[in-house]
Amino acid sequence: MYNPYQLTNKTILVTGASSGIGRTTAIECSKLGAKMVVTARNEVRLKETLDALEGCGHQMVTADLTNPSDMEKLVATIPELDGLVNDAGIAVMKPVPYIRQKDLEKVVNINTFAPVLLTGSILKRKKLKRNASVVMVSSVASMGSFELGNSIYGLSKSAIKTFAEYCAMEVKNREIRVNSIHPGMVATSMTQNTSLSDTEEMDFSKYIMNRCGKPEEIAWAIAYLLSDATLWMTGSQLIIDGGAHLA
Amino acid sequence: MELGTFIQQFIELLEESDAEQISASTRFHELDEYSSLLALTIVAMVDEEYDVAIKAEDLRKAQTIEDLFNIIKEKKA
Repeated sequence: MYNPYQLTNKTILVTGASSGIGRTTAIECSKLGAKMVVTARNEVRLKETLDALEGCGHQMVTADLTNPSDMEKLVATIPELDGLVNDAGIAVMKPVPYIRQKDLEKVVNINTFAPVLLTGSILKRKKLKRNASVVMVSSVASMGSFELGNSIYGLSKSAIKTFAEYCAMEVKNREIRVNSIHPGMVATSMTQNTSLSDTEEMDFSKYIMNRCGKPEEIAWAIAYLLSDATLWMTGSQLIIDGGAHLA
Repeated sequence: MELGTFIQQFIELLEESDAEQISASTRFHELDEYSSLLALTIVAMVDEEYDVAIKAEDLRKAQTIEDLFNIIKEKKA
């Protein structure tokens, strides 16, 4: 059947695959035919993701990407990749006067340093094939959606948006492409844990679609960026926010 | 933990309200300047001063500043 969006015969690494957008992305990519390598810190929840993948030949590597030896182990273990999804992320809500160095370090280590260093390390080991696709999971927090108290998260996600553009320039000779995706509010454990209100009772009036996003709706866009349908797309930013940027 | 100290710390977060009108029985959700940013600031102050993580539910449950103080005290215990 004609399907330019399929991921058959592609090997794809997803970080942050134990929950939220990462887990859903891993599952949806497996349904589209990819062989998945999933990684996250929590072994039990990562195993649940592995068990939920469709098809066979998938693997999991438990790793804390803020730990250099774990990262080295991960990069040494993985096969050559057709796709890399840098999804792992956390959020901490702090008004500016209360930002502490430890909040900054925690968020930036996971959201910024880890994806930058992982991408670099995988490139150095030549584990990204020609025509591979790298997806940085950024946020609308880096694209004009300035939610009060969200500055640490926003700056960490802005950094990887910019990194994606620089990286896209450097890897062009190998026809590797690097794009970023910018979700609005998506119902995941991360947003539930950081927000001061439950997603059920939040005001979604600024979302044209009048609701928050579902992890699948982000996963399908990531799958699109991983597919051969986007071979001519690099350094782009894909906003998926239920139309909130129009409001 | 002293209620008086907590009220002072709470007052320091406010920018528009009349400090003299703020007491243990102040229903803080009803303050004109109460907002999502003030709510986040309260959470951050409580974390910094008392090393206690309060959640949206705790803020909802508390009607007065004293209610909030008691929730923090309970969590601290």
